[in-house]
Amino acid sequence: MSSLPATVRDIFNEPGCAQNRSKLENERRKGCTKQLQPGSAAGGCAFDGAKIALQPFTDVAHLVHGPISCEGNSWDNRGSVSSGSDLWRTGFTTDMNETDVVFGGEKRLFKAIKQIVDKCDPPAIFVYQTCVPAMIGDDIGAVCKAATRKFGKPVIPVNSPGFVGSKNLGNKLAGEALLEHVIGTQEPDYTTPYDINLIGEYNLSGELWQVKPLFDELGIRILSCISGDGKFREVASSHRARAAMMVCSRSMINVARKMRERYEIPFFEGSFYGIQDSSDSLREIARLLVERGAPGHMIERTEAVIAREEALARAAIEPYKPRFKGKKALLITGGVKSWSIVAALQEAGLELVGTSVKKSTKEDKERIRELTGQDAHMIEDMPPREMYKILKDAKADIMLSGGKSQFVALKAAMPWLDINQERCHAYMGYLGMIKLVEEIDRSLFNPMWKQLRRPAPWIEPARAIGQMHSPAAASISDPAIDKTERRAKKICVCNTVDLGTIEDAIYSHGLTSVEAVRQHTNAIGGCCKRRIEDILQSSPPPVLQAAE
Amino acid sequence: MAVVTTSKKACAVNPLKMSQPIGGAFAFMGLREAMPLLHGSQGCTSFGLTLFVRHFKEAVPLQTTAMTEVTTVLGGYENLEQAILNIFLRAKPKIIGICSTGVTETNGDDVDAYIKLIRDKHPQLARLPLVFVSTPDFKDAFQDGWEKAVSRMVEVLVDTPAVEALRDPARVNVLPGCHLTPGDLDELRIILEDFGLQPSFLPDLAASLDGHVPDEFTPTTIGGIGVDEVAVMAGAGWTIAIGSQMRRAAEAMQAKTGVPFRLFERLSGLLPSDEFIAFLSEISGRPVPTKYRRQRGQLADAMLDTHFHIGGRRLAIGAEPDLLFDLSSMLHDMGVQVIAAVTTTRSTVLERVPTDEVRIGDLEDLEELAKSKGCDLLITHSHGRQAAARLKIPFYRAGFPMFDRLGAGHHKSVGYRGTRDLIFAIANLVIEDREQNHGPTPDTWRISNLPSAACRRSFKDRTERPIA
Ligand code: SF4
Repeated sequence: MSSLPATVRDIFNEPGCAQNRSKLENERRKGCTKQLQPGSAAGGCAFDGAKIALQPFTDVAHLVHGPISCEGNSWDNRGSVSSGSDLWRTGFTTDMNETDVVFGGEKRLFKAIKQIVDKCDPPAIFVYQTCVPAMIGDDIGAVCKAATRKFGKPVIPVNSPGFVGSKNLGNKLAGEALLEHVIGTQEPDYTTPYDINLIGEYNLSGELWQVKPLFDELGIRILSCISGDGKFREVASSHRARAAMMVCSRSMINVARKMRERYEIPFFEGSFYGIQDSSDSLREIARLLVERGAPGHMIERTEAVIAREEALARAAIEPYKPRFKGKKALLITGGVKSWSIVAALQEAGLELVGTSVKKSTKEDKERIRELTGQDAHMIEDMPPREMYKILKDAKADIMLSGGKSQFVALKAAMPWLDINQERCHAYMGYLGMIKLVEEIDRSLFNPMWKQLRRPAPWIEPARAIGQMHSPAAASISDPAIDKTERRAKKICVCNTVDLGTIEDAIYSHGLTSVEAVRQHTNAIGGCCKRRIEDILQSSPPPVLQAAE
Repeated sequence: MAVVTTSKKACAVNPLKMSQPIGGAFAFMGLREAMPLLHGSQGCTSFGLTLFVRHFKEAVPLQTTAMTEVTTVLGGYENLEQAILNIFLRAKPKIIGICSTGVTETNGDDVDAYIKLIRDKHPQLARLPLVFVSTPDFKDAFQDGWEKAVSRMVEVLVDTPAVEALRDPARVNVLPGCHLTPGDLDELRIILEDFGLQPSFLPDLAASLDGHVPDEFTPTTIGGIGVDEVAVMAGAGWTIAIGSQMRRAAEAMQAKTGVPFRLFERLSGLLPSDEFIAFLSEISGRPVPTKYRRQRGQLADAMLDTHFHIGGRRLAIGAEPDLLFDLSSMLHDMGVQVIAAVTTTRSTVLERVPTDEVRIGDLEDLEELAKSKGCDLLITHSHGRQAAARLKIPFYRAGFPMFDRLGAGHHKSVGYRGTRDLIFAIANLVIEDREQNHGPTPDTWRISNLPSAACRRSFKDRTERPIA
């Protein structure tokens, strides 16, 4: 096992990374993580990233070696979904105490592994290194090796102490752990020419299941999804796939590239956000498979499916376009999402005010430029105060972002939609696109917004006091004004007869029937028949009482 | 009289506990225009932030000194200095509350000394309070972090009164434990004000995390008690501390200001509420308002109505010590049997929890106990949802975090009204469970005639097996 600093250096040197390729030799090593700013930093640690990347493996035990903060504060907070085992949702941690910190936590770790083997007997255990044990020098690699030997089952060290870097680095450290200890350690029961790997797809809200039926229809088998709804055995035998799709370029490019090097599995970068991207991805998968020996009709079949799905999706979105006309969206997300969602929004006819590119690569930015036709929309870094201002001043009608910035929008009483980890809707594929549009519509046109944006009417007490002196109030206190006003009221919509005229006619001629009133005035007795009856009944007319 | 035991496992499974530093940071969120700062790597802060946001569904201010591998080796002085300066410049807070983490404690950073140095170097910070609490996460738990932070606030922020200073008997300091929700604080405020008293809550989460739409955006806390209001707490007639965790802070207050205190270990239930109301009547010199006579009557009636459903239930409860003591005692008073009790950290109240054993452990312990002892009601925070699903028993969410249901900040359990609503909620859960899962079948009578409650639990298995 290579040392952690060496692994980190290696990751930063990633030749598969587009951003890196453009850099000078010595700059590459530094990686792309900006120096963290104490007091204005946000975002997870490397451990967080490693856990995000691997936890969707559902049948393994994920054991976090460290004091309570790493796991105790964070477990049970991911929206991935499993079609089988639930073991991944169990939080395991060594919960190191003071004694462990002083005397070392390796013994406790070993015992913890044993406890898990005894109780759950999972196909494998992933052990995550965190800051404190790393500082005191606990060698989880050695412990895992010993445990693997002792218990006869894979115990995999994931060397990812939080303080070595960002969440993104952690994703890649997780990938390294897979490459070093898991991938290629088992053989699949059988293979087909249609076997693919998905890399960096976590099956959030079960999104993968929206796309999978299309794969099934085409006969494409997902040999392994790293790691959404994944099983240990699948990833261990994933080296037999014919092609791979990298779903999130940011997270595990090292896995895709090294698998290409080691096992000659070609890969491409794609996404299933938006109609165009979904089609492109399907096309690319078919092309790669055919290139690697699958029969050529695969391509035609794929085109047929694409044509059908696109037509369905477009038809479903069409009715929304007029509703979205002139509506503006602000997109705060990162990586590929910054352009793939842009494409999706444009397909639905929304305008884009801006999209954040803080976490995007050069290629991502290129794509945004292509889509929006200008740079103005790219936001490098936007402090929450500014987001709030944009929304409060209604320069955008809706914000799409991750959960942490939701309140910036909501507190400005503006619509917001979660498009990150914790969201509860699946937006992937053609169906997902329709869902996204539906959700945006639901959010934009919720009648609640109007009520919320309106200040309480009593907020200016002066107005209430003012009302006390209003004409309406005055009329009540002055019977003369009251009389004229009351009598001037039109009683009928079909004609313009006012109350006073009718009352006068009744009084001066002693009328008793609607018929008679009709003869003496212009009243038609249509819609006003009831009113006239009422007036006749209240005899003598109230106005005269008041006048007498 | 409960025996307190500690789980002997090497591996905690499904932790009940959360870390001490975020408990400390939580306390600072009850100060106005404050910025809590965790001295450690950024991941710890990020996890804490996510936890609070998921619970309150509110924007939460929390910052990090962003220690990296390198700075950890060199010591955290520079990161702390930079963090404070950065926050001072950007967020313009009225106070920064600093909590250490496992990372910086393992390293032995002397933060108090650092702060002195930072103050010397940057005179512009002269008037900005910097309150530091040592909260290593390899020790103690969430509740301890809160307790320590509030004690520090009292020690650092409350002014020592001048000798001849007069105390205003109408003013009352309230030191609430972290088991009270913003909704609880609002309820207490109403009660105190109805007695003509003016309460100052330290900390006051009600105005900062009670979920309201503010007029402007601020990067710091949007409400809470102001630093200036904390300073003059010496002028109050009484201090009321709620939850045994607040004893230390109350004693610190008394030592510093001479203000006498009264500790209420629990405020849920008829008797504790009676005691509380009587005390308020006494210190305010006012009769109990009619409103509370009516509320008391309503609670009494609610107890009559609910006892049919809650009475005799076998409760499994997992919570931090003060919440555990409060809820389990109240339910015990309603005839519930407290069968399985698991908590996170040591406390003097644990021995008085009305059960045989209180275990310091995790949710796996709670689940196993609940299963083996045939419990039929589960109370714990949201992480208990998986256990509840497996146990198939009614599940009432209480405590922090509550991330899978809305309105966590407004849950109420204090006073007559709070208790009334709480027992109704629990009783309704039990009724619903009975309707959905335990409807009568032709064989039911056999089961209900079985001798002990433990057998009742395996109801399902029994009905599915042929009766020999
Ligand atoms: S930064 Fe380190 S101590 Fe903090 S959560 Fe991440 S791994 Fe754990």
